[in-house]
Amino acid sequence: MADDEGMRRRDVLKGLGVTGAVAGIVATTVPPEVQEAEAQAAAPHAHAVSRDGQSADGFRFFTPQEAAIVVALVDTLIPKDDVGPGGVEVGVPIFIDRELAGAYGRGARMYLDGPFGQGTPQQGYQLPLPPADLYRIGIADLNAWCVETRGGKTFDELSPADRTTALKAIEAGQAEFAQVPARNFFSVLLQNTMEGYFADPMYGGNRNSAVWKMIGFPGAIGMYREVIEKYRNKRYDVEPKSIQDLS
Amino acid sequence: MAAKLKSTDIVIVGLGWTGGILAKELAETGLSIVVLERGGPRDTNPDFMYPTVHDELRYAQRHELMQNVSRETLTFRNNASETALPMRQLGSFLPGEGVGGAGVHWNGVPWRWLPWDHEPLTQTLARYGPGVIPPDMQMLDWGVSYDELEPYYDKFEYLCGVSGKAGNLRGQKIDGGNVFEGPRQRDYPNPPMLQTHAGALFEKAAKSLGYHPFPGPSANTSQPYVNPDGVAFGACHYCGYCERFGCEVNAKASAHFTVIPLAARKSNVEMRTNARVMKVNLDAAKTRAESVTYIDAAGREFEQPAGLVVLCAYALGNVHLMLLSGIGKPYDPTTGAGVVGRNYAYQIGSGAIVFFDEKTWINSFMGAGALAVNIDDFNTGSFDHVKEGFIGGGGISTSSSGGRPIGFRPVPPGTPAWGTEWKRAVVRHYNHTLAIGNQGSVMAYRQNYLDLDPTYRDRYGRSLLRMTFDFHANEQKQANFLADICVRIGQAMGAERVVRSGPPQHYSIVPYQSTHNTGGAAMGTDPRTSALNRYCQTWDVSNVFVTGACAFPQNAGKAPTGPVGALAYWTADAIKRYLNNPGSLVPT
Ligand SMILES: Cc1cc2nc3c(=O)[nH]c(=O)nc-3n(C[C@H](O)[C@H](O)[C@H](O)COP(=O)(O)OP(=O)(O)OC[C@H]3O[C@@H](n4cnc5c(N)ncnc54)[C@H](O)[C@@H]3O)c2cc1C
Repeated sequence: MADDEGMRRRDVLKGLGVTGAVAGIVATTVPPEVQEAEAQAAAPHAHAVSRDGQSADGFRFFTPQEAAIVVALVDTLIPKDDVGPGGVEVGVPIFIDRELAGAYGRGARMYLDGPFGQGTPQQGYQLPLPPADLYRIGIADLNAWCVETRGGKTFDELSPADRTTALKAIEAGQAEFAQVPARNFFSVLLQNTMEGYFADPMYGGNRNSAVWKMIGFPGAIGMYREVIEKYRNKRYDVEPKSIQDLS
Repeated sequence: MAAKLKSTDIVIVGLGWTGGILAKELAETGLSIVVLERGGPRDTNPDFMYPTVHDELRYAQRHELMQNVSRETLTFRNNASETALPMRQLGSFLPGEGVGGAGVHWNGVPWRWLPWDHEPLTQTLARYGPGVIPPDMQMLDWGVSYDELEPYYDKFEYLCGVSGKAGNLRGQKIDGGNVFEGPRQRDYPNPPMLQTHAGALFEKAAKSLGYHPFPGPSANTSQPYVNPDGVAFGACHYCGYCERFGCEVNAKASAHFTVIPLAARKSNVEMRTNARVMKVNLDAAKTRAESVTYIDAAGREFEQPAGLVVLCAYALGNVHLMLLSGIGKPYDPTTGAGVVGRNYAYQIGSGAIVFFDEKTWINSFMGAGALAVNIDDFNTGSFDHVKEGFIGGGGISTSSSGGRPIGFRPVPPGTPAWGTEWKRAVVRHYNHTLAIGNQGSVMAYRQNYLDLDPTYRDRYGRSLLRMTFDFHANEQKQANFLADICVRIGQAMGAERVVRSGPPQHYSIVPYQSTHNTGGAAMGTDPRTSALNRYCQTWDVSNVFVTGACAFPQNAGKAPTGPVGALAYWTADAIKRYLNNPGSLVPT
């Protein structure tokens, strides 16, 4: 097991184009706080993942290098702007990390037996990879593709404008990844990013229900019998409540 | 090897809506009954408690209450020239697993199908003659009419405490109810639910076009209710966490707090959970079921002998078990012979998305699974569909079932899927948009069927069920016609922008459409074209009865569980007659 893990890491790092010195750090067990600090240091353009001094916010699944990439990806997909909070600021990278570290990441509810065929779009996802493996390989592929096509830079080293251009190319099917289909990786990433942005805050994203507040969704409250008619065609302006707020 | 258990009179496979009803009804006979459910035990308390059940990620996205396809799934292809591949994650439909089945997490829309839906062949031939039926369409009557089922529909509605307004009381049409429905002996047990702004907009617009809007029947109770069995229901909170969730106040009718505990209380009934039935074992002549084999949570195999077997394992599960067990002859699309797997169908969707100005507040997060305003003016039996170039039709509605934001965040076409522009559009439209949907009927075709996959196996070593299915031209025409009506209603609402959504070119297993799988073990009057007789007894193995929507010979423009519930009661009555005088209830 441990050896497999090591192998995988090395493969990924090769894909990342990182040097042996960095690889050496990754191979040892890094405390979560350090991992997160690494992630932020490696992501100069990203908004810092808010930590509230809690080490529980460290990355459990992603390596520091991977985390830096995911932070940059989420920041590009949902930037902080005049409309509302950014994905990174509300914890979406932590959300994705937690999901991948758990049952979802392992594909606990996926059928992953072979043989594996490519199939038609109507037949859906056919890769032999649960989400955790799809990310691990997909991030390595993304970086290799960026290095090759964007002047030797990994995704997180690109300027915000260049990151957007890169993701648009991937979304449009113009990118050829070495191992996994680029659009497969992208669509799962986009789906998980949206999940983290809009899900209950207890999963690590949508911190302080900030996203619910932005769109006017009351969250977990769900007691509308007395108001559903009264507020017909009227704005229902309440402070959103999360499951923990109500527990 | 399987440990052989003490024989029981009746085995029921599956403990959802139909298994619950059959267990409760057959318990009255005093015979010994064993119920086997593949999933775990569940109850409102502690499994669906507030606020933890209001968790969109866990229940709506990660499907916690549903079938875990890592254990068993099916394979899918659009047509026989393709290689079927496994459904590796849930998508198009969400079968249930665990006590209560999919009834725990359904929306609770308990339709009565239109009289036409029970005898489309007779009605089509009478009105148009045989020339209008496309050559590949395998249209069949049920062998039981709406009028015969009416008392059973009534029984299911009172079990569920349905809220609604009658539109046809013993032949008298009532304004404000569904004037296209078949005659009913009495009104619903509860008044309609409260109306949302979306519903009010729909009602007004539909009326202005001369249509006949009505509040949809809802098994989310509009007021506290005690059903004829003495089971108490709470009043719906309109919490918006309904479809795909359990209900914390027992306002959404479900077998887990109604029929199942009533049956479980009887000393002659034993319910075993985490008991996954692998197959039904037949005698050498394949005319009698002798036992079922199941696996428990620890992987131990048991053989449960029984005098009678009732399959209640959902439409797809029932057909799978029949194929694995050799009950009835498998359908072969090249010769047209065989009946098990034949006439598999689904539904087709289309509609319109209606975008309003920022002064119109939809508040779509307030709602209930079955809260909707509908029209049936263009449903199967309501209008001259042949004049429009197709057979069938659909129900059109605006539903307020809960605008939870991972799944519901409409933006106009042309909006990017991410970035600042996307976010601006989400904020702008989230609370100012509604959808009008067509739930379109799908007829059965020679090419659409279920059989066993030659390659893929489940965790227990059994061949997976293989689904071969695509939409046909008849359904495309119907869904396009109904999408235009949806657009017309949207425009009459005074919206800023109405976006038409036409039907998909091909059926896809990926996006959720509905858990309204039908057919595969059709009921009927001819053993050459149906797997079950009109009492849902298998033609070939008289001590096996089969419940659920697999018995429907084609799909309708309405959700299936109303007739599934009615048919379960109908079948229970038939089984009671069978028990007095075993043998085929319809001699061939
Ligand atoms: C999200 C959602 C919304 C829905 N909304 C509506 C709606 O509004 N209106 C409507 O009419 N219908 C709706 N439905 C469909 C409705 O839930 C089903 O029609 C209904 O539950 C079918 O009853 P059943 O008894 O046939 O199957 P189920 O209620 O699903 O019960 C089948 C049971 O059998 C068990 N089982 C299966 N295989 C085996 C085996 N081999 N061994 C042992 N046990 C087994 C399953 O675990 C399950 O518990 C909805 C479904 C879903 C998923």
